[in-house]
Amino acid sequence: MATLELNNIVKDFAGTQVIKGVDLEVKDREFVVFVGPSGCGKSTLLRMIAGLESVSSGDILIDGQRMNEVGPAERGLSMVFQSYALYPHMSVEDNMGFSLRLAKVPKAERREKVLEAARILQLENLLERKPKALSGGQRQRVAIGRAIVRNPSIFLFDEPLSNLDAALRVQMRIELARLHEELDATMIYVTHDQIEAMTMADKIVVLQGGIVEQVGSPMALYHHPRNRFVAGFIGSPKMNFIDVEVRDARGEGVSVRLPGGGEYLVPVDASGCQAGDTLSLGIRPEHLTLDDNGPLEGEITVIERLGGVTSLYVRCHGEEWILVTDGEVSHRVRDNVRFGFAPARAHLFAEDGLALTHLERHPLVDVERRQNRASTAADVS
Amino acid sequence: MLVPLCMTLWFSFQRYNLLNPFISGFAGVDNYTYLLTDPALWTAMGNTLLLVGWVLAITVVGGTLLAVLFQQEFFGRGIARLLVIAPFFVMPTVSALIWKNMMMHPVNGVLAWLFNLFGFQAVDWFSSLPLTSIILIVSWEWLPFALLILLTAIQSLDDDQVEAARMDGAGPIAIFWFITLPHLKRAISVVIMIEMIFLLTIFAEIFVTTSGGPGLASTNLAYLIYIRALLDFDVGGASAGGVIAIVLANIVAIFLIRTVARHLET
Ligand SMILES: Nc1ncnc2c1ncn2[C@@H]1O[C@H](COP(=O)(O)OP(=O)(O)O)[C@@H](O)[C@H]1O
Ligand SMILES: [Mg+2]
Repeated sequence: MATLELNNIVKDFAGTQVIKGVDLEVKDREFVVFVGPSGCGKSTLLRMIAGLESVSSGDILIDGQRMNEVGPAERGLSMVFQSYALYPHMSVEDNMGFSLRLAKVPKAERREKVLEAARILQLENLLERKPKALSGGQRQRVAIGRAIVRNPSIFLFDEPLSNLDAALRVQMRIELARLHEELDATMIYVTHDQIEAMTMADKIVVLQGGIVEQVGSPMALYHHPRNRFVAGFIGSPKMNFIDVEVRDARGEGVSVRLPGGGEYLVPVDASGCQAGDTLSLGIRPEHLTLDDNGPLEGEITVIERLGGVTSLYVRCHGEEWILVTDGEVSHRVRDNVRFGFAPARAHLFAEDGLALTHLERHPLVDVERRQNRASTAADVS
Repeated sequence: MLVPLCMTLWFSFQRYNLLNPFISGFAGVDNYTYLLTDPALWTAMGNTLLLVGWVLAITVVGGTLLAVLFQQEFFGRGIARLLVIAPFFVMPTVSALIWKNMMMHPVNGVLAWLFNLFGFQAVDWFSSLPLTSIILIVSWEWLPFALLILLTAIQSLDDDQVEAARMDGAGPIAIFWFITLPHLKRAISVVIMIEMIFLLTIFAEIFVTTSGGPGLASTNLAYLIYIRALLDFDVGGASAGGVIAIVLANIVAIFLIRTVARHLET
C-alpha cells in the first residue's frame, strides 16, 4: 500500500541536534522497528514521519511524494501512542470513529467501519464503554482500533506495549504480528525493547544519539553487527568484550591471542590489520561453552539459575565474563571452570568500533519474518 | 453558627424598628407578607439573577478563551499571565472605586475619553446603565479567578490526546470543541459553583458606585436587606429578607452541588 523514504533527515531542538541525518527506506508492507536506548531520538523520528514535529532539514517521501509540508491528518498515517491517548469522555465507539466523524462520514457507514475494526480486535462487547472502564490491554486495543478505522497507508507505533504487564506484552506482540498479516499494511514500530524488535521486525533500525547505527534483518543484526554498539545492544545478556592482540593476519582470518595465552583464528576479513594490533573480541554469552580443555579459565563469582538456562559470571584474567549454559550445570560459586568457543562465533572490532567483516554470512540472515509463523492467509487457502 | 441564624429567624417574626421602640411584639408572618408583596423584592431578585447570570457567562466564556490563549507559547507569557491574574487580589471596594472614578466617570473616565476619541457621546455609566456597569465591574474582578482555575485545568490536558486528535484530522476549532472543552467540564462546574456563592451576596460594588439606584435599578437582594435594615431601621423586615436570601441560596447551592457531583462521577 505504501512506501516511505527518509533522505538525510535532521532535527534541531533549540540548537541541540537530536536527529543527525537519517536515511532510510521502508518498503511496501514491511514491518520496520526503530530500536535504541532511551533518548536516542526514536520518538522524534517517528513524530516527524507523522507530521507532528517539523523537519529541520531533509525530505520525507511517502509513495514518492514529498510530505514535509503536509499536515499530519493529510499524510494518510495512523499513530498509536504509548499513553494510548484515548479521548476519555468518548465511548469506545466514538473514540474509534472520531476521525470519520471529523471527515463527515455518514453515521451508518461510520458504524460499519468501527464494527469491522472492533471485530478484528475482539472489541465488539466494549463499544459502549468509556476508556476509564477498560483494562490496559483493552485500551491498547481501542487505540489500535482507532488507527485501523482510518485505513492508513502506514501505521506508526510509539512503544505501544511498554505500559502492559509482561504476559500481556507477549500476547499483544503476537497479535500485532497477526494484525500486520491481516491488514497487509506498512508498519513502523518504535521500542527500546530488543525482544520486541527481534520478534516482530522484518527490518530493524538501530539508533543511537540520533544516528542510524545499522539497518538489517534481526538475524543480520545478531550474527553480523556492524559495530560494537549494535553488538552490545542486540542480545541479552550482553556480548562479552575483551582486548586481544593480533598475532597474524592472513587470508583465512585473523589470529588473535587471548589473555590466558590461548590462540584463535577468527574467520574475518584481515585487510587493514597486522600483527601487533590490539582489537576487541566480542563473543556472546550463549556461544561460550564449558569445556575442560578450553583455553580460558576462571572462577565463578555469581550464578543465576533461570531453570532452563543458567548464567555464570566468571572472573578470568581481571575480566568478568558471562556464560549462558545449560540449566542443569551443578557448579557452585568459587568453582574454577574452563571454557571456550567456536572461533566462527567470535567478532572482532577495530579501534573505531567497526566490526571486521565475517568471511561467511550466517545462513539465517536472509530468513524472512513471514517464514517464522504459520500465515493466516496460507491457512485459508 | 446557629445563634445568628436563630436570631435572624426570631427577628423575622417580630415587629422591631430601631427608631421607634413602641413598635414591638410578635408580628407573625406580617414581615413576610409585607416583603413578598413588596415589588422591591421582586425587582431585587430579578437584578440578583441578572447580575449572577451575566457575570457567570462573561467570566466562564472569557476565562475559557483566555485560558486557551494563555496556553499557547508567546513572548512575555509569564508576565501577561501575572497581569491578568492581578485584579483578583484587589479588594472589591477598591476596585469599585477605581472603576467609578477612573474608568467610568462620565467626564474624567478612561472609557469617556475613549468614546470621545472615536467621536461617540460619552456615557454616564452609573445613571444610564447602572446594572450593566456593576456587571462589568464584578466580571472584571472575577474573570481572573475563572482564568486561574481553567488555566490550571487546561495545563493538565494530555498533549498526546491533542496530537491524536490532530492525526484524526481535527483543526484548532474541532480540538477546542471535542477535546479541550470536555476536559474543562469539571473545572467549569467548580468555577460556576464557587462564583455563584459569592455573586449572590455582592454588596460593596453596589454600595460604592450606584447605591442601588437610580431607584431600584441596581439593587440586589443583599443590598435590599441593607436598605431595609439600616436605612429604614426595620430589623424585622430585613431579617425576613435575610431568611429569604438564605432559602434562595440553599436552593441554588443544593441544585448546583448535585449537578457538579454528577459531573464529577462520570
Ligand atoms: N520538544 C523537545 N524539545 C527539546 N528537546 C526535545 C524535545 N523532544 C525531545 N527532545 C530531546 O530529544 C532527544 C530524543 O528524544 P526522543 O525522541 O523522545 O527519544 P526516545 O523516544 O528515543 O526515547 C532527547 O534527548 C530529548 O530530550
Ligand atoms: Mg520515546
